[in-house]
Amino acid sequence: MTMQPETMSNQTPKQTQTLDADHLKIEVRDLDFFYGPQKALSDINMDILTNRVTGLIGPSGCGKSTFLRCLNRMNDIIPGTRAEGSILLDAEDIYAPTMDVVQLRCRVGMVFQKSNPFPKSVYDNVAYGLRVNGWKDKREIEERVEQSLRQAAIWEEVKDRLRSSALDLSGGQQQRLCIARALAIRPEVLLMDEPASALDPIATARIEELIQELKRDYTIVIVTHNMQQAARVSDFTAFFYLGQLVEFDKTDVIFTNPREQKTEDYVTGRFG
Amino acid sequence: MERKFEEELEELKQELLRIGAQVERNIGDALQSLMTRDPDLAREVISRDPAIDFSEIHIDEVCLSILARRQPVARDLRFITTSFKIVKDLERIGDMSKDISEHVLEILRQPPVRDFGDLSPMAAFALSMLKRALDAFVNRDPALARQVIADDDQVDDRHAQLWTEIVEAMKAEPHLIVPLTHLFSIAKYVERIGDHSSNVAEMVVFMVEGKDIRHYEKVRALREAKERY
Repeated sequence: MTMQPETMSNQTPKQTQTLDADHLKIEVRDLDFFYGPQKALSDINMDILTNRVTGLIGPSGCGKSTFLRCLNRMNDIIPGTRAEGSILLDAEDIYAPTMDVVQLRCRVGMVFQKSNPFPKSVYDNVAYGLRVNGWKDKREIEERVEQSLRQAAIWEEVKDRLRSSALDLSGGQQQRLCIARALAIRPEVLLMDEPASALDPIATARIEELIQELKRDYTIVIVTHNMQQAARVSDFTAFFYLGQLVEFDKTDVIFTNPREQKTEDYVTGRFG
Repeated sequence: MERKFEEELEELKQELLRIGAQVERNIGDALQSLMTRDPDLAREVISRDPAIDFSEIHIDEVCLSILARRQPVARDLRFITTSFKIVKDLERIGDMSKDISEHVLEILRQPPVRDFGDLSPMAAFALSMLKRALDAFVNRDPALARQVIADDDQVDDRHAQLWTEIVEAMKAEPHLIVPLTHLFSIAKYVERIGDHSSNVAEMVVFMVEGKDIRHYEKVRALREAKERY
């Protein structure tokens, strides 16, 4: 069964009708994922909607990060891994042999748990992806760098130190710089793997605010261990447990009246 | 889940049961003071009201503290929300016990009026609604809660009947208009106790099932109208 968030809860018919093909960014169909012989994800079916934040929650080892990395085939770099089933990005199977994985990762960008700026200047960090993609025009690059830094809500803090090392920035600034770097190549989807878990509450709040801004232009999928964070930032929440998608629904439903006992027990802290 | 949090939730439940018991006792005694024409009992009810107010404030503080420190979700969140709401209804019923007792004291200063046969069973029925709503809360029993909600119509009907009877009595015996007016107020309070008990029951359904059934038909009609435009 495919879990479509807007049809899962007590929706009025009108709201259900809004879920049409135009709103569907990623369709996951019958996805199984293996690390060697070990099955890490089992029969995942899920629809991810355009310009919405989808949060993935679940205890450690439940498969949520594995699932996230399936969405831009980041798992391909781990030897012995294998995916079965399909993931459609705008109706195109990303696991099809004809799929250009480099191109895919331009369309589906990623921000990691630990900020990982290159040991380069602030400017060069953001310009890096553009240059790799063949951009030559200095003015165009400058414009895009500024746009991306603005979008990542860090421009005001770094505009006077663009040539300084990115490693001199604070943890929260480094993470926003990494978001700017991911945005520079204008992805359609942004995957975030616990993007605020290493940050203090103020830096976390800025990232969360940024996510709300970014969803106007991007489709966001975020893994978080912090359930309050999932409740705050995501429109839809998926609960994973032991490699299975237990429940997927509007965030309000997951955190006020989940259907599954397992979900209820997890979100209320009774296990996990 | 942290054991301490479990203990806090259990403690909150016990506090709610305590205020429930206080209110039940006060409303029972207030009605008893009317039936037995007992001014001492009426005064006792009035003197016990501040304890109910205190309990309400204490429960609000406990709920706020849990919200601030624990950020409860799902059934815990519904339990806290329910607690916040039903404590207000219980406190209002507590106030009504006091108000009824004050009217009883006034009635006892006036010449006696005839016995209105419907008042006593109506009061007993409203009191039983409160008891069952609290039982539904303790036992997480939405079926019982729904029965309480349905029973509210009976109290309303009896109140309408009584209203007519008291008006007729006022017309027939104008010199008794003062004690009858007090009786009139008491009947209205009893009818309101049914309403508040029904509110408690609605919140029990929400707490257990996550469904908000308050004003169901009216809300649905408004939502449908909103969707059409």
